[in-house]
Amino acid sequence: MDFLIQRLPLYIDGAWITIQLTFGGCALAFVLAMVFGIMGTIRHWLPRAISTVYVEVFRGIAALVLMFWMAFALPQLSGFRLDDMFAAILALGLNVGAYGAEVVRSSINAVPKAQVEATVALNLSWFQRTRLVVLPQAWAQMLPTFGNLVIELMKATAVVYLIGVADLTAVAQNMRESTGETVVAFIGAFILYYLIAQVLIFGMRMLERRANRKLGRTPPRGKSLKSLAQSTPVGSAGGTF
Amino acid sequence: MWDFQWTLQILPDLLGALGTTVQITFLSYLIALVLGLLIAIARRTPFFGAVLHAATEFIRTTPLVIQLVFVFLLTPAHITPMTVGVVVLGVHYAAYTAEVYRSGIEGVAKGQWEAARALSLPARRTWGAIVLPQAIRKVIPALGNYLIATFKDTPLLIAIGVAELLTEAQRIGSASFRVVEVYTVVGFLFLLVSIPSAILLRRLERRYAAV
Repeated sequence: MDFLIQRLPLYIDGAWITIQLTFGGCALAFVLAMVFGIMGTIRHWLPRAISTVYVEVFRGIAALVLMFWMAFALPQLSGFRLDDMFAAILALGLNVGAYGAEVVRSSINAVPKAQVEATVALNLSWFQRTRLVVLPQAWAQMLPTFGNLVIELMKATAVVYLIGVADLTAVAQNMRESTGETVVAFIGAFILYYLIAQVLIFGMRMLERRANRKLGRTPPRGKSLKSLAQSTPVGSAGGTF
Repeated sequence: MWDFQWTLQILPDLLGALGTTVQITFLSYLIALVLGLLIAIARRTPFFGAVLHAATEFIRTTPLVIQLVFVFLLTPAHITPMTVGVVVLGVHYAAYTAEVYRSGIEGVAKGQWEAARALSLPARRTWGAIVLPQAIRKVIPALGNYLIATFKDTPLLIAIGVAELLTEAQRIGSASFRVVEVYTVVGFLFLLVSIPSAILLRRLERRYAAV
C-alpha cells in the first residue's frame, strides 16, 4: 500500500493523460458520429454513400493499426509529423466515431414515422424538423449505446503507450521496470482505470436521465419486472460492434 | 513514393501473419463462446453469481492491453505469448458474451420455465432442451458482433510480442525503414476481412431477426 501512496502523483499524471485522451477522442468521435450519422439518413444517395464509406472503413480498421499508420507511416509519406498525443486522439476519434455514426443513423431512423409526418403537416423545414423533433427523441435513444462507446474509447486509450504516449499503462510499465513489483504496479493502474470508468458510467447515466426527462419520460423507480424486460432489448445488448 | 515491387515483396509475410491473426481470433472466440455461456448460467446462483458479476464488470471496464501485459508478466516463462494472448483475449470477450447470453436467457418467456417445472424436468433438460435453444437463437447476431470485435483486438497482442499482423508489420518496417507500404497494406488487410464479415453478419441478422 505504501508503495502506491508514495507513487500516487506519478499515477495521477498518467491518469490525467488518459482522461485527456478520452475526452479528446470523445469530442472528435461525437462530432464525426453526428455529421456522418445524420448524413446517413438523408434521402439523396451521395451523402448516404459518403457516410457508408466512412463507417465501413474506420470501423473495419483496428484503432491501433490506424494509430500506427498516423504515428509512423504518415510522417514518412508526407514529411509532416503529428504530435503523438494528437495522432492518438485522431485515431481513436475516427474509429469510435464510425461506431457512433451507425448508432446515430439507426436512432434517427427509429423515431416514429408519425412524428416526421406531423412536421411535414406543420410545414417545418428539414432543419427545423431535425433540430426540434427528430434529434431530441433520437438523442434519448442514442445515449445508452453512447455510454458503452465512451467506456470502449477510454479502454482503447491504453494502447497509446505503444506509440510512446505516457498514459496510465505506461506509468504502470515504468513502475514495474524500476521496482520489479509487477502485481502492485499494475493493480494501481487497474484501480484507476476502474474508477475512471465508474465516473464515466455515472456521467452518462445522468445525461440519459436528463434526456428522458426533457421528453417527459420519467425514469422507472426501482427494478420492476417490466422495466427490466424493457431495459435490455435482446439482440442489442452490449452495444454495436 | 509508393513502391509496388516492395509491396509485392512483403505481401507473403503479411498474409502469413494474417493467417495467424485469424487463427488467434477463432481460438479466442471459441473460449469466449463457451466460457461466456458458463458464466451466464453460473451468474444465476446466489453468492457465486454476485462474485462472477463483479469479476466480469471489472474485466469489462479495464483495458484489454493492460490485462494482457499483466497476465503475461505473471505467467511462467515456458508458456508461449501466443497461449497467453489467446486465453486473455478469450476471457476478456467471455465477459462480454456472458452479458449477451444473459439478455437472451432473460428474454425467454417465464411460461417456458414454468412449463419445464410443471413437467418436473431435471435442471439439465430445462436448460439444454428448453431455455438455451430459445435464448441462443435470439442472440446469434449479437454474438457475431463479438467475433469481429475479437478480430479487431488482435493487434493488441503486439504488446506481448505475439507474431500477429501488426507485430510482423512492425518487424518488417523497422528492418527496412520503410513503413508506409507495410502499415497501409495492414490497414487494407483488416478491411479485407472485416467488411465481408460485416456483410455476412448483416445477412445473419436478417435471418435470425429477433427483437
